Amino acid sequence: MTKYIIRRIVYMFITLFLIASATFFLMKALPGSPISSASKLPPSQLAVVEAKYGLDQPVPVQYAKYMLNLAKGDLGNSFQFKNASVTDLIMNRLGPSVLIGSQGLILGVAIGILLGMIAALRQNTIWDYGSTLIAIIGISIPSFVFATLLQYWLGVKWGLLPVALWKDGWMSSILPSIALAMGPLATASRFIRTEMIEVISSDYITLAKSKGASGFEIAFKHAFRNALIPLITVLGPLAAGLLTGSLVIEQIFAIPGIGEQFVKAIVSNDFSIIMGTTIFYSVFLIVIIFVVDVLYGIVDPRIRLSGGSK
Amino acid sequence: MSLDIKKIPAESFERVHIDSSQAERITKPSLSFWQDAWLRIRKNKGAIASIFILVFIIIMAFVGPMVSPHDAETQTITHANLPPKVQGLEKLGIFDGVGTLAGKEVDLYEMKKVDTYYWFGTDGLGRDMFSRVWEGTQISLLIAFVAAIIDMVIGVAYGGISGYYGGRVDDIMQRVVEILYGIPTLVIVILMLLVMEPGVTAIIIAITLTGWIGMSRIVRGQVLKFKNQEFVLASRTLGASNGRIISKHILPNILGVIIINTMFTIPTAIFFEAFLSFIGLGLQAPDASLGTLINDGYKLIRFQPHILLYPSIVLSLLMIAFNLLGDGLRDAFDPKMKD
Repeated sequence: MTKYIIRRIVYMFITLFLIASATFFLMKALPGSPISSASKLPPSQLAVVEAKYGLDQPVPVQYAKYMLNLAKGDLGNSFQFKNASVTDLIMNRLGPSVLIGSQGLILGVAIGILLGMIAALRQNTIWDYGSTLIAIIGISIPSFVFATLLQYWLGVKWGLLPVALWKDGWMSSILPSIALAMGPLATASRFIRTEMIEVISSDYITLAKSKGASGFEIAFKHAFRNALIPLITVLGPLAAGLLTGSLVIEQIFAIPGIGEQFVKAIVSNDFSIIMGTTIFYSVFLIVIIFVVDVLYGIVDPRIRLSGGSK
Repeated sequence: MSLDIKKIPAESFERVHIDSSQAERITKPSLSFWQDAWLRIRKNKGAIASIFILVFIIIMAFVGPMVSPHDAETQTITHANLPPKVQGLEKLGIFDGVGTLAGKEVDLYEMKKVDTYYWFGTDGLGRDMFSRVWEGTQISLLIAFVAAIIDMVIGVAYGGISGYYGGRVDDIMQRVVEILYGIPTLVIVILMLLVMEPGVTAIIIAITLTGWIGMSRIVRGQVLKFKNQEFVLASRTLGASNGRIISKHILPNILGVIIINTMFTIPTAIFFEAFLSFIGLGLQAPDASLGTLINDGYKLIRFQPHILLYPSIVLSLLMIAFNLLGDGLRDAFDPKMKD
């Protein structure tokens, strides 16, 4: 297990190094420049500005500097927001993103588990078909379509909940969280259904039944626990999905989160924010996948034996 | 009423011999892989309905712009922002061209003196939404299919070589995959699109850049499973070349898995294209895909909901149909379910 973890950590760093390098060189290859709108300045002034941001140095030097700073956790300074450090810019915006992300994940997974259990216990009934339908819709309809529909009906037409802007505290986070929850909901419900069906047909459930355990007891005490373990494996893809979703959802609901800032930085060519956020996202996802894999090995001993060959 | 056996003439009996040549006779008609899959998918109502929906949408994507009396590019400013109006249905009180203007319900067609019909209404520049939606569908489908095919080709080749040749080749190829696999798709797609000239090709390249990895991993696993089986060994003993073993013995066996995976790549590609267009990294005007149409419509949702509605419906239907069909195919090709 230790060997496996060490190996994974090494790979994690190689991947991160590659991403950071790729990000840097791709940004250098971009057609625009963050100070291109300042080109009206006389060349002497322009040189001063370039020197200030280190843009006058040769690319390898810039690269080395950037990687060194990165190793120290410094993502550089924004060109746009009066030299604010990118790390601070990201951290300031972490709150809303984490709030809607975690609310969406918890809400989605909780309802998904419920739907999946119902579907598995009432296999091939109207309950099963209903929950499958919800899952298919949840997987198929893009979150931005679903979000605009929510916004239009619940917000604009019926005026139940705040439509956009982060002004009504927690109330403003309800609609975005629901919009984000659809993906996890669908994934969790289908996953739990398959797992539960498999677990229910195993011998120890038959034993529990023959010993006279009630249906409720079997479902929750015996079957559910074992069906839940493999759910850990989908947490990685779910986190990636939430991230993708948050980019558009934050845009649609005008939430001051990381995703919204990222999309704005793309439009305004703010290199350092794009690079910083890219690396932040990559670290986030890579660490989650790593934790999930290790966690799964600990929870399920059957995986541990095969030692990491996926 | 029991029969007295002794009264039955002896001639009506016939001695049964155990004929060893008949022992291996196949009584059930032998079904090819495809017939077998078709028999099972026919029973899956969702998959069949999806096939019909997909065929309909694909046909409409090509026929739709031709059927409509207006083309997608012409801007008729005087006809801007018209709600949908359809011949015949207008008398039923739906699709009658009535929209809200300054809080009041008015027949906008009458008000703007338009005597033609726009089935899906028009957008802010007076372009026919019906043609635009179907042309957008065309582009979205094109991107999805091309991306899926490229993913499939690269994935199968990479996974196949890695799995079949094994050893050091496999080791190196898998280390590369392991590193690439860690890179979040979203991040790499956005970075690539920033650098490349926006357009259909750029989107396809960005989507396929990491898209093939999933396919290659699955194919490698399958090839590893099959290459050590007896029938492959038998074929090799008889002197078959690697090429023949791959094309005649291994590929047909993993075809089902490849098809299923491709079926799930298509909706992912459709989604990514729409997603990128929605955040403004996708196609640029005047090109339109379902994603850009939804983005346009989203900005006007409070006043012109029809501009958002139709592309969203087509996009959602496409996604649902591909996912259901993929599910159906997975059940149909799954050898574990064979009876």
